[in-house]
Amino acid sequence: MTMNDSTGLNDYVTFTTAGQMFGLPIERVQDVFKPTRITRVPLAGAEIAGVLNLRGRIVTAIELRTRLGLGARGGGQVPMAIGIELRGESFGLLVDAVGEVLKLSDDEREANPINLDRNLGRVSAGVYRLDGQLLVILDIDRVLDLGAEAVAA
Amino acid sequence: MDDLLRVFLTETTESLNLVDAELFRFEQEPNNGKILANIFRLVHTIKGTCGFLALPRLETLAHAAENVMGKFRDGMPVTAEAVSLILATIDRIKAILEAIDASEREPEGDDVDLIEQLGHMSRGEAAAAKPAMAPAEKRPEPPKNPQKPDKPDKTPPERTEDERGERLANHSIRVNVDTLDRLMTTVSELVLTRNQLLEIVRRNEESDFKVPLQRLSNVTAELQEGVMKTRMQPIGNAWQKLPRIVRDLSAELDKDIELEMRGADTELDRQVLELVKDPLTHLVRNCADHGIERLAERLAAGKTAKGTIRLSAWHQGGHIIIEISDNGRGLDLAGIRAKAIENGLVSDADLAAKSDAEICNFIFMPGFSTATHVTNISGRGVGMDVVRSNIEQIGGTIDLKTAAGLGTTFTIKIPLTLAIVPSLIVEAGGERFAIPQLSVLELVRADNGGEHRIERIKDAPVLRLRNKLLPLIRLKEVLCLGECDNEAGFVVVMQAGNQVFGAVVDGVFHTEEIVIKPMSSKLRHIPAFSGTTILGDGSVIMIIDPNGVAQALGRVVTAGYADRPEMESDEEDNEGDTVSLLVFRAGSQHPKAVPLSLVTRLEEIDCRKIEVSDGRHLVQYRNQLMPLLPIDSETHVKKEGAQPILVFSDQGRSLGLVVDEIVDIVESRLDIEVASDRPGLLGFAVIKGTTTEIIDVGHFLPQAFEDWFRRPDASTMRQARTVLLVDDSIFFRELLTPLIKAAGYRVVAAASAAEALAALKSDGRFDLIVTDTDMPEMDGFVLAEAVRAMPSRATLPIIALAAMVSAEAIERGRVVGFHDFVAKFDRTGLIAAIKEQSADLNRAA
Repeated sequence: MTMNDSTGLNDYVTFTTAGQMFGLPIERVQDVFKPTRITRVPLAGAEIAGVLNLRGRIVTAIELRTRLGLGARGGGQVPMAIGIELRGESFGLLVDAVGEVLKLSDDEREANPINLDRNLGRVSAGVYRLDGQLLVILDIDRVLDLGAEAVAA
Repeated sequence: MDDLLRVFLTETTESLNLVDAELFRFEQEPNNGKILANIFRLVHTIKGTCGFLALPRLETLAHAAENVMGKFRDGMPVTAEAVSLILATIDRIKAILEAIDASEREPEGDDVDLIEQLGHMSRGEAAAAKPAMAPAEKRPEPPKNPQKPDKPDKTPPERTEDERGERLANHSIRVNVDTLDRLMTTVSELVLTRNQLLEIVRRNEESDFKVPLQRLSNVTAELQEGVMKTRMQPIGNAWQKLPRIVRDLSAELDKDIELEMRGADTELDRQVLELVKDPLTHLVRNCADHGIERLAERLAAGKTAKGTIRLSAWHQGGHIIIEISDNGRGLDLAGIRAKAIENGLVSDADLAAKSDAEICNFIFMPGFSTATHVTNISGRGVGMDVVRSNIEQIGGTIDLKTAAGLGTTFTIKIPLTLAIVPSLIVEAGGERFAIPQLSVLELVRADNGGEHRIERIKDAPVLRLRNKLLPLIRLKEVLCLGECDNEAGFVVVMQAGNQVFGAVVDGVFHTEEIVIKPMSSKLRHIPAFSGTTILGDGSVIMIIDPNGVAQALGRVVTAGYADRPEMESDEEDNEGDTVSLLVFRAGSQHPKAVPLSLVTRLEEIDCRKIEVSDGRHLVQYRNQLMPLLPIDSETHVKKEGAQPILVFSDQGRSLGLVVDEIVDIVESRLDIEVASDRPGLLGFAVIKGTTTEIIDVGHFLPQAFEDWFRRPDASTMRQARTVLLVDDSIFFRELLTPLIKAAGYRVVAAASAAEALAALKSDGRFDLIVTDTDMPEMDGFVLAEAVRAMPSRATLPIIALAAMVSAEAIERGRVVGFHDFVAKFDRTGLIAAIKEQSADLNRAA
């Protein structure tokens, strides 16, 4: 997570999923797109929604709801995808809706509350108290590390 | 010209040209470290390469120059004399290279003059005299602008340099590998785009784009081929280091090993080449270390002192086959068995049921090494598993054949290129998948009423294909896309390793040249897929890995059944210890079994179609009347429903054996432990822990057709010649004895080669030997050699029976003196061969 030293301000792309607001540092976000024609992959882990073709690149779509154990998306609700590059591979994080980009000060970020859900705690890099709601900053490396805990499915 | 030499000349000339440009600056700034380093690198490379290419003169000179350059690089001040001397040396190197380019040989003469001076200099002695080198003095004064040396003033030697440079450059140009890779990627994308356009046009029949698109398509194909060609390299490039390795190993292991290489010019994609290099090296090391015996052992076994490792490569279809074989001791099967149990890879009971070929495959398991002592060449048990996984990674397969005392052959089959692969697009469970066409043998449409019907033996789906049983998997079920209930669909017959199986899919679309994209790291653990690709319509689909899918056979089909040998046409006789047995029930509750290979078909016949005539049951079957026989008096033909029968066919006639229920097919040893006097019963054997009656098919055949075994014409019957039948299996002795007898011969049966030799040593009259090739202790080949060595029996005709007749076996048989080779179950062929050989005897007499 890079930090603007002079101001201590960082840009975050925000989005909501299952009613919770999340944020990712903008420099980790490649693009935001509407996923179409997702091919499901048999035998893959539950959080793998499938693979899709984004302008000639093959993108592995990860369902954030499943990844965080937040329950299935309601029928008819079309997900959005946040494109992320990691070690030469393209991933698409499926979320409910993408919000605005917020400029937030590093000083205001708080550590995870001790009683935070385990699934969330594992991938959360801290929490911002915004007006009216809380913003959970995701550590994308840990979100995409579908280690033994996740792949077992 | 030798490829290596050409590459060396091209490379060296290029480097020299580069250094040339810097030489002028060298004179001006003799202590410029960068220039020194460049010249050092050049002479160092020349020295190193010359050793390989057997260019001693150049090597010696370069070596002397390297010493001096090394000193300079390490800080010894560079004097004017030194510069002159270096320049003179480089000029000499150029002159020698030029001569090599012209004549492919080093020119006569030596360079003692230069080498002496270089020696002085490297020892730090002031040069005794100014080098009397003309070239250095001829060199013009360095111009102010070092980029383009004064062209107009070129002295004659320099012009020849340029001409030579051009000549060499014309042979080939060097392109960075990355450039080629990028070009390949770009072409791959172009192919994809072309496919997408074709897809669009396919939907719009009347399109103006049709003709130009066709042209684009052709050009793309040509371009693809062209780019592919630029990436092709002879496999010999991957073999370059092997002669040296084998030579070193020979010395180290104190063995005399010769390396033969055939087909070194067979070309394949450089990416593939890179990936097979290490596995090949490893296999060759293994052959030298484990395969080839020590001298004493070889001589004791009556072999030539020199062991041979043979590397061959050739193209076959869309792939390249690489074979590494040695004429060493062969794999130590007993050792592998013991090791497999020791490592807990397999239980005692399971091991007994494994064929030799399966046992061999254990060496590809991780951490498996049978070398009793670890040498520093191999034997650490880190290798064969890596070899196999490396080869499978590039969509290849590796097989091995081994014969005790004769050697081992590894066969590697790999695709020519990895980037673009023609594939079959299929559908299963509503999803589309690509199956690389390399592994697809054929497509069969299966439906209930038609010719090909999917049947089940217990829970294992199978398909009869040209009288063979093909184990099936249902892609939908293997991929957990739902249950498959209907018995119809397309069967994609695939080969994975030496396993042939069918995958049932819901639909087959078309073939498409797909561009393989690496699979996401999150999906790589799924063995069923080898990659992803984008189809012409833009959608992403998964590429099926036949090896991965074949693993499902182990789960769906009973383990032994998965290895039915018949379809494995190119596998050598792995019949050895185990036999596929069809287990069924009839009459008593004792399970009964018969070798599956004798059974032509399994049928269920509608009881209403069974007719009774003269107390015999008959059924119309394939336009013939087929007699139905109960297996014993306790078995009764059913009155209604479906009657399961085993069909035996021979010489165009069929017999149906009435049974109650077909239970299973198992792969098991056939050790008849208690023989039986009861007609129709060979005896009892323990199969899968249950005492099982082994049925004598030979008993039933004459019952159905009295003349079944009496077809041979009467003339041969009168001669009553004696046949010595050698087979370690009681089953075959029992089966073949009445058969040969019925053809009019006396039969003496021997249970081993030793027993046969004992019989031959007696005075008994023998006219002909029929022997199994594959027997424990002494096999048919050795027996034949022993017979040939007996003065009184040297000309006795020998007919070999082999479970699988391969070209190699036939060739080997010819060497040891087999007169004929007959497949083990080819009864007609055997009788014909016996008749033919005894006819020869008649003529000889």
